[in-house]
Amino acid sequence: MKKFLSVFMAGVMACGMLTACSGNSDSQTEGKVLYIGGSGPLTGDYATYGTSVKQGAELAMEEINAAGGVNGYTVYVKVEDDQADPLQAVSAYASLMDDGMNVSLGGTTSGACIAVSEEAYKDGLLMLTPSGSQKECTQYDNGFRVCFQDPDQGKYAAKFIKDNNVGSKVAILYEKSNDYSVGIYENFAATAEEVGLEVVTTQAFTDQSNQDFSVQLQAVKNSGADLLFMPFYAQQAAYVLTQADSMGLDVVFFGVDGMDGILEKIGRENQHLTEGVMLLTPFAASSTEENVVSFVNRYKSKYNAVPDQFAADAYDAVYAIVEAFKTAGVETDDETFNEKMIAAMTQITVEGVTGTMQWTAEGEPNKEASAVVIKDGAYVTYQDYTA
Amino acid sequence: MKKNLFQNMKKTSRKNLVTYLICFSFFAAVRIMGATDNLTRHFSSLLVPICINVILAVSLNLVIGFLGELSLGHAGFMSVGAYAGCLFAIKFKEILPAAVRLPLAMLVGGMVAALFGLLVGIPVLRLKGDYLAIVTLAFGEILRSVIINLNFTGGASGLKGTPQDATFTAGFAAVILTLFVILNLADSKHGRAIMSLRENAIAASSVGINANGYKLMVFSLSAFFAGIAGVLYGSSVSILSASTFDYNKSIEILVMVVLGGMGSIRGSVIAAALITILPESMRALADYRMLIYALALIVMMILGTSEKFMLLRHALSPRRLLSKAVKHFRYKKEGQNNG
Repeated sequence: MKKFLSVFMAGVMACGMLTACSGNSDSQTEGKVLYIGGSGPLTGDYATYGTSVKQGAELAMEEINAAGGVNGYTVYVKVEDDQADPLQAVSAYASLMDDGMNVSLGGTTSGACIAVSEEAYKDGLLMLTPSGSQKECTQYDNGFRVCFQDPDQGKYAAKFIKDNNVGSKVAILYEKSNDYSVGIYENFAATAEEVGLEVVTTQAFTDQSNQDFSVQLQAVKNSGADLLFMPFYAQQAAYVLTQADSMGLDVVFFGVDGMDGILEKIGRENQHLTEGVMLLTPFAASSTEENVVSFVNRYKSKYNAVPDQFAADAYDAVYAIVEAFKTAGVETDDETFNEKMIAAMTQITVEGVTGTMQWTAEGEPNKEASAVVIKDGAYVTYQDYTA
Repeated sequence: MKKNLFQNMKKTSRKNLVTYLICFSFFAAVRIMGATDNLTRHFSSLLVPICINVILAVSLNLVIGFLGELSLGHAGFMSVGAYAGCLFAIKFKEILPAAVRLPLAMLVGGMVAALFGLLVGIPVLRLKGDYLAIVTLAFGEILRSVIINLNFTGGASGLKGTPQDATFTAGFAAVILTLFVILNLADSKHGRAIMSLRENAIAASSVGINANGYKLMVFSLSAFFAGIAGVLYGSSVSILSASTFDYNKSIEILVMVVLGGMGSIRGSVIAAALITILPESMRALADYRMLIYALALIVMMILGTSEKFMLLRHALSPRRLLSKAVKHFRYKKEGQNNG
């Protein structure tokens, strides 16, 4: 009993010490601080997204502070864990508010972000979410986002396919249990009808049957489609590509930004399967744009990983907030701080790694969606590929 | 020695009174802290979730602790109640004021969940133990799939636009109502019948206890309160998505019940509050948070069932320490008188 107690007490003390350690590393810099807080799933099923957002945002913070901060302020970014759960996201938001947060990055996943947007609206705080793509994330005047709204991606994709004549008979495969996938699918289907793109078959799967796609792919094959639109994430896309190859399905595979990361998921030995796969994304890690190259290199050297869409969005979000802060020229303890920051958001132009952005009063970014094609295991822009 | 009112009570009433006292003093403490500006935003954001989890744990305890059957579909009942109540609240958003809307929504959510409890209860009557657990688990998953595939529930993107009516006071009232019903049921003729089924179903049936009837009653009553908790959840978060109510949620509620002790309502109340607060209070640990939370759960489970720890806890219980001190004081006094 005594032994057990002593072990238990040692455990308690170890916890205490850990708290102390992390407390130190979190301690804020002296002087005036612009506190940017956000939340995302750092643990659980969707941990990759939250971790990317955290890393992207922290990289931006380091760069800005290394360059001397902004308006005499140092920037402090803190991303809390919410496990993609709306209730936890609200608690994380409240804990950040206790801490003195000035601007919120909202949530990483749409559901969590919608819950946070409700709270941020009550406080009148500027909220710029990197990746909350559902329409309602920016339903209030104080809400903005860096990524595309789900519906917009579907619209862009359908228009792109029609305008560039990538395919004429389109098959769709989407994940019925995922809001992101459903949102894009619905708008893709609507726009396809509008622009006169023929949809020959629509197939769906759910999160309980997301590994075996043979039934759906057989239906696609029988329909005689020449393009398969796949608005879902890279993991499932990797299964689809492998299974499509083994049954000899010869179509153009067309994905959206969630498919970013397909090269890592499918692995080097299967890389030939991705040849000619197209995806619509505002960010491509292999882009030759100067700012993207430097972002990717710094990210790689710091985290030993290639940044994905989420990291790039978060990186841009922090820069956008800083830009708005510069434009607003207001102190954080000013009564009109929130008002001026929100007003500044629609005035700024940010040349980010996901494109040059300006924001509408509705909170949507105006930026170009570009399509990339995978060639020899690397992204090239569609224009380069066809040329 | 003349006994006071407290000592004159039945043992169970005395126990129940302590449970109510714990709840009311927590409520009073929070209110006082709020009035004196000592309440952090973070802690106040946890108040409604605490109420939700307490209701869930107490109602699941009715099935697990009193009826002695393992149900893994509690999150399913919660989701049905949540969707029904929230759809009702959305419909009457403009018509009814918040003070009327929330209780009515809770009633609707609870009734619909109870109906589903009855529906599940009928086939489940024929099953026991592991089989019952599997059926209830499957039921929860089926519900989730159905909700995702329906249009009026918002499908995969979730139900939005529920008025945010839930307050700590409303949640607290729901907790007290739940406790009142379940504690009284447990202490009634019906409660004893239910517990006799747990101890020995054959013996209970032989003395004329309607096993099927009681099982159905427990299932639907437990579902009713899960539904109420669901409505409270839906009214405190602006988005209701079916993926929240997966089997992990059911397991989480089960953990609260097991941690608090099966059959102990007070234990469920305390464990539910603790499990809600614990992971949030460790936010400062950053990356280690979930690791240490899991470790803390394991330690609590081990200590909770360790006989030696129970002896220690008994030795250190406030009542014992108090009576010891009183004895000691008396002894001293007597010694002085004698000397």
